[in-house]
Amino acid sequence: MLTRDEVFGVLQTVPDPEVPVISVVELGVVRDVEITGRHITVTMTPTYSGCPAMREMEADVKAALLSRGADSVEVRMVLTPAWTTDWIGPDAREKLRRYGIAPPGKADTGGFVTLTRARPAVPCPFCGSAETRLQSEFGSTACKAIHTCSACGSPFDEFKAH
Amino acid sequence: MANPLAEYLQRLGDDRLVLGHRLSEWCGHAPILEEDIALSNMALDLIGHATSILALAGAVEGQGRDEDALAFFRDGTAFRNALLVEQPNGDFAVTLVRQFLFDAYSVLLWDQLSHCGHEGLAAIAAKSLKEDKYHLRHSSEWVVRLGDGTDESHARTQRALDTLWKYTAELFERDAVDDAVAAMGIAVDTAALRSLWDGLVNDVLQRATLTRPPETGPRRGGRTGRHSEHLGHMLATMQSVARAHPGARW
Repeated sequence: MLTRDEVFGVLQTVPDPEVPVISVVELGVVRDVEITGRHITVTMTPTYSGCPAMREMEADVKAALLSRGADSVEVRMVLTPAWTTDWIGPDAREKLRRYGIAPPGKADTGGFVTLTRARPAVPCPFCGSAETRLQSEFGSTACKAIHTCSACGSPFDEFKAH
Repeated sequence: MANPLAEYLQRLGDDRLVLGHRLSEWCGHAPILEEDIALSNMALDLIGHATSILALAGAVEGQGRDEDALAFFRDGTAFRNALLVEQPNGDFAVTLVRQFLFDAYSVLLWDQLSHCGHEGLAAIAAKSLKEDKYHLRHSSEWVVRLGDGTDESHARTQRALDTLWKYTAELFERDAVDDAVAAMGIAVDTAALRSLWDGLVNDVLQRATLTRPPETGPRRGGRTGRHSEHLGHMLATMQSVARAHPGARW
C-alpha cells in the first residue's frame, strides 16, 4: 500500500506533457489524493477549460500510479477553486526560466477588466534583459504568450499569469 | 417548459459552442499567424466552457444525453444560442467586433453567475470568467486598433458594428426561463448587466473613434430556436463527422 507521501512522490515524476520540465504537482493541477487500501483517488483541476493536454495528464497520472502498485486509480476533476499560476512554486518557476520560458508574474485578481496593455515588460529568460516586447497574446498553448528580446534577439515563451 | 434549468444551461452552452466553432473556422485562414493562434486558442476555451456547461445541462435534464449528444445530435431548431454568435465570420473586423460585443457581455454575466446559488454553475462561471477576461482584452484592443486605424479599417469596423448591432439586444432579454431559474437562485440582474455592458462598450467605441449605432429593429428568436439561415449551414459542417460515424472514438 502506498502512503500519501509516496503517491505525491510518484506524481512528482509525471511531467506536464506540454512543458515537461515541471511535473503535474508543480503545475498545481493535482489538488488532493485519497488512499483507500490499494485504490487511489486523485483530485485534479484543469489549467484552461479547453486545454487539450488535460486528458493526457489524467492518463499519465493513472498509468504512473498503476505501475507503482495501485490496484485502481480514479481521477476526479474539480473546477473549484479555479487553477491559478500563483500555485506554481519558486523552484518550478526557476525550472521554467532555465528551460527558456519566462515564469508567470502575480495573477491579476484585482481590477475587473483590464482593457489596456499597461503591463511591465517580461524579463528575457535567456539574458535577463527587460528590453522585451510582447509579440502575441497567445502562444503554442493556451497558457503561454510569445515575446521577443531586443537585447539578445531571442523569441521566448511566457507562462501567462492566470 | 419541461426543465427550465436544463433550458437555461443549454442557452449558455450553445452560445459558447457556436461562437467557438465560428472562431475555429479561422484556423489556418487568419490574416496573420499570431491571430490564427489567438482565434484558435479562444475557440478552444469557448468549446471547453461549452463542454462543461452542456455536460451539466445533460445531467440536469436526466435523459441520458451527454455534452457530445447535445452538441452533435440536436438539430438547429433545438439550439438555444443568441443570433449574434451564429453570424458568419465575414471579414476580420466582423469577427473581432462580434467577439468584442459577446466578450463584454460574457465577462459581466460570468461575474454575476460566479456568485449564483447553483454550486456547479458558479464553479464553471468562476473558471470561465478568468479566461474570458483575457479574450475581452484581446478583442477590445483589436476594435480600438482597427477603428482608430486606417480609413479602410475604420470603415470596415464601423460597417461591422452597424451590421451586428441589431443582434445585441437579444443578449439582455428576459423570459419565463430566466424567471424560473431566478427562483432557483440563479438570479441575473439583467438591467445591471446591460448598464455595465453599455458603459464598457461605449468606452471602447469612443477610444476606437467608432459611432454607436442607434437601437433599431432588434433581431431575436435564437433563445427559442428560431435561427438565421447561417446556423444550419454551420451545423451541417460541425455535426457531419459525428453523424456519419456515430459512437466513433479516436
